[in-house]
Amino acid sequence: MLRFFLTKLAGLIPTFFGVTLLTFAMIRLIPGDPIEILAGERGITPERHAALMKQYGFDRPLLEQYVFYIGGVLEGDLGKSLVTKKPVLGEFLQLFPATIELAFCAIVFALVIGLPVGIFAGVNRGRPADHTVMALSLTGFSMPIFWWGLLLIILFSVNLGWTPVSGRLDFAYFIDPITNFMLIDTLLSDEQGAFLDALHHLVLPAIVLGTIPLAVIARMTRSSMLEVLSEDYIRTARAKGLSPLRVVGLHALRNALIPVVTVIGLQVGTLLAGAILTETIFSWPGIGKWLVDSISRRDYPSVQGGVLLVALVIMTVNLIVDLLYGLINPRIRHAR
Amino acid sequence: MKRTLLSAVAGFALVLGVSAGAHAKTLVYCSEGSPEGFNPGLYTAGTTFDASSRTIFNRLVEFKLGTTEIRPGLAESWDVSDDGLTYTFHLRHGVKFHNKPDFTPSRDFNADDVVFSFERQLKADHPYHGVSSGTYEYFEGMGMPDLLKSIEKVDDYTVRFTLDAPEAPFLADLAMDFASIFSKEQADQYMAAGTPEMLDQNPSGTGPFVLVDYQKDAVIRYNANAEYWEGKAKIDKLVFAITPDASVRYAKLVAGECQIMPYPNPADVKGMQANPALTVQEQQGLNVGYLAFNTEKKPFDNKLVRQALNYAINKQAILDAVFQGAGEAAKNPIPPTMWSYNDAVQDYAYDPEKAKQLLAEAGYPDGFDTDIWAMPVQRPYNPNAQRMAELIQADWAAVGVNAEIVSFEWAEYLDRSKKGEHQTVLLGWTGDNGDPDNFLNQLLGCDAAESGGNRARWCDPAFDDLIIQAKRTSDQAARTDLYEKAQVVFKEEAPWVTVAHSVVFMPMRKEVTGYIMDPLGTHQFYSVDLE
Repeated sequence: MLRFFLTKLAGLIPTFFGVTLLTFAMIRLIPGDPIEILAGERGITPERHAALMKQYGFDRPLLEQYVFYIGGVLEGDLGKSLVTKKPVLGEFLQLFPATIELAFCAIVFALVIGLPVGIFAGVNRGRPADHTVMALSLTGFSMPIFWWGLLLIILFSVNLGWTPVSGRLDFAYFIDPITNFMLIDTLLSDEQGAFLDALHHLVLPAIVLGTIPLAVIARMTRSSMLEVLSEDYIRTARAKGLSPLRVVGLHALRNALIPVVTVIGLQVGTLLAGAILTETIFSWPGIGKWLVDSISRRDYPSVQGGVLLVALVIMTVNLIVDLLYGLINPRIRHAR
Repeated sequence: MKRTLLSAVAGFALVLGVSAGAHAKTLVYCSEGSPEGFNPGLYTAGTTFDASSRTIFNRLVEFKLGTTEIRPGLAESWDVSDDGLTYTFHLRHGVKFHNKPDFTPSRDFNADDVVFSFERQLKADHPYHGVSSGTYEYFEGMGMPDLLKSIEKVDDYTVRFTLDAPEAPFLADLAMDFASIFSKEQADQYMAAGTPEMLDQNPSGTGPFVLVDYQKDAVIRYNANAEYWEGKAKIDKLVFAITPDASVRYAKLVAGECQIMPYPNPADVKGMQANPALTVQEQQGLNVGYLAFNTEKKPFDNKLVRQALNYAINKQAILDAVFQGAGEAAKNPIPPTMWSYNDAVQDYAYDPEKAKQLLAEAGYPDGFDTDIWAMPVQRPYNPNAQRMAELIQADWAAVGVNAEIVSFEWAEYLDRSKKGEHQTVLLGWTGDNGDPDNFLNQLLGCDAAESGGNRARWCDPAFDDLIIQAKRTSDQAARTDLYEKAQVVFKEEAPWVTVAHSVVFMPMRKEVTGYIMDPLGTHQFYSVDLE
């Protein structure tokens, strides 16, 4: 198991350098440098432009800039944002918990509904229940996030008044940002009702962000369930006279879950991508919107640092997924 | 530490009296974005100014809210020497800086604070100059380094600015955001503590609101400054709920989660006006959207061609299709809210026949081929440049001029058009300080033709003489006269098609009273009350 882990870990190193090189190159390939974007219609004199390029070190050869950047990264220094002039890592750590919190709740929502629904559809294959579930999940999968989010806001927040429109917490609560996870911080604080308020604010964004993963998980669970249910050992289990609940819940589900776990792992990417839109709609102070703003302002250090950190997170999640396979299915662990 | 203290204070206040809290008047403003920081000198974005210079700070002189006129601010009065080179400001007594958890001012505002605030930006060897990777783009952009010769403290309540050349717009410049006055005492305290950058994140100003807390991309909180020199604001607390999407701001406004919002979607304005819980204020923006002819290139060096293509454009159709009611036709290069706007100027009417006739007269009876550059981004003065370009293209085709629409990524667009690679280009301008010089000289002067800010690359001696003379004259009546004449020359020579000035909408709930829209585009809440 340790060897398996180490092999997987070593595989990440080239990926890591690949990501640094790609982000470094791509943000510079977009035409327009940060200083011109900043100046806008107002313009800037060539002398002032050159002076600023020098101040930020953008006048040096690209290779030198890259080596300098990598040197910083290896020491844990991602540089300072050109816009806010604050360290990129600090900004990321302040915003990322909001994204994680949202993504976590979204995936929980997707699992809690997606798994049982998928199993249900698989067991009832071909019946109207199955068709309904499949049709709904196709709709969910194709739902444009922006439109879906606004629709829910208009219905639940504006017309019914059940949920807040946007934000993470009512401004009447004054919470110390200790972990930057609002659910944890509100629990730690002594402000009564703050935790429930934070939860209340999470409902709609989690549903919106979780809709696509929910649809994917439901469909994946169903098809993988169908495959497993036709296996010989399931027939044997049934022949032994085990209860249907036991056959499905214990014997079939365990094997049916393997591809589902893969899909959940892959959904992390979808979640982070979807988070950009969801965060914009719900004024959610996470990294999605921050990255988009940074790109449009050509804030090189923020884009490089932000993408690298996100890539690290995705790599870590994939590593965990790989390890989980090993736990669920010993054949994978011992393959090599 | 700061936050712990703050929350302790907040907690204490809660224990003392929840009822007092319930009566506190809180105005929630659904702002459109996050401030880049809280030092307005370091940035150029209006969003940053709303959250810093217009809440926390004051300047020596201020714009009278709702106008572009100058009124006394931290300076009670000022004298200008006859040669226009020396400005002496007499400062207000008894102005207090904000008390902060980590800073208790020991003295009132005085000349040291003024000298500090300007020298930080002016002098490269000033200890604060490089703090927060300091680049002072507005200070630079308004030409201050070349203009300011010296800033001296005459006594505690008198400051003298000496200029290198007479510059009438200088007073208006001093009312701009970058000229906000910081506390030197607080700066010294942070410097001594080894954390000078805190000055740009947690400044103590003299303005109507005290910055309490900022949670990045989420919320900014202010308390009314009880000791404000013009009297405490009518509201007790001010909250900026950062809400980037316009539809969501609208939803929050309707749900009562905020009371006032900027920048609605133009398409939503009708619905807002129909909603009995809301009122919508509107005002012309201090901007202009234009199409500039590159007068260095044939055939646009010919005045008749420029006039012809002015006649060929159906401006009303553009306003309807592109602005959807949020714009009005422009005939001058400066907006109507600005002093010296010449209302006597006649715009070119929509007259394709006249256009063809002028083209024939100019030697192009069969028209010619050209290009129209269209911006890739939405700007206040032009919400959809692509669509605008298509309409102009069709209008010109009707008089035989075939134009190809060209676009580039934004920064490249600005750069290439600055170098004059275009034949005709769509662009615009939003005013900085309400002074006509800021439009006429920056966009149409001969110097600007050389540096590229003048996209028409148009250098007309008659026009340039007028605006240079106006820049050197401090008498406003005389300046008005000169600028009015300049606008007549401009219209006759037609280096641009003046397309539109945008209309800005400000929706708010009925309970909000006393809000005054600022023609300069900032959002200020000192005058606001809640019923």
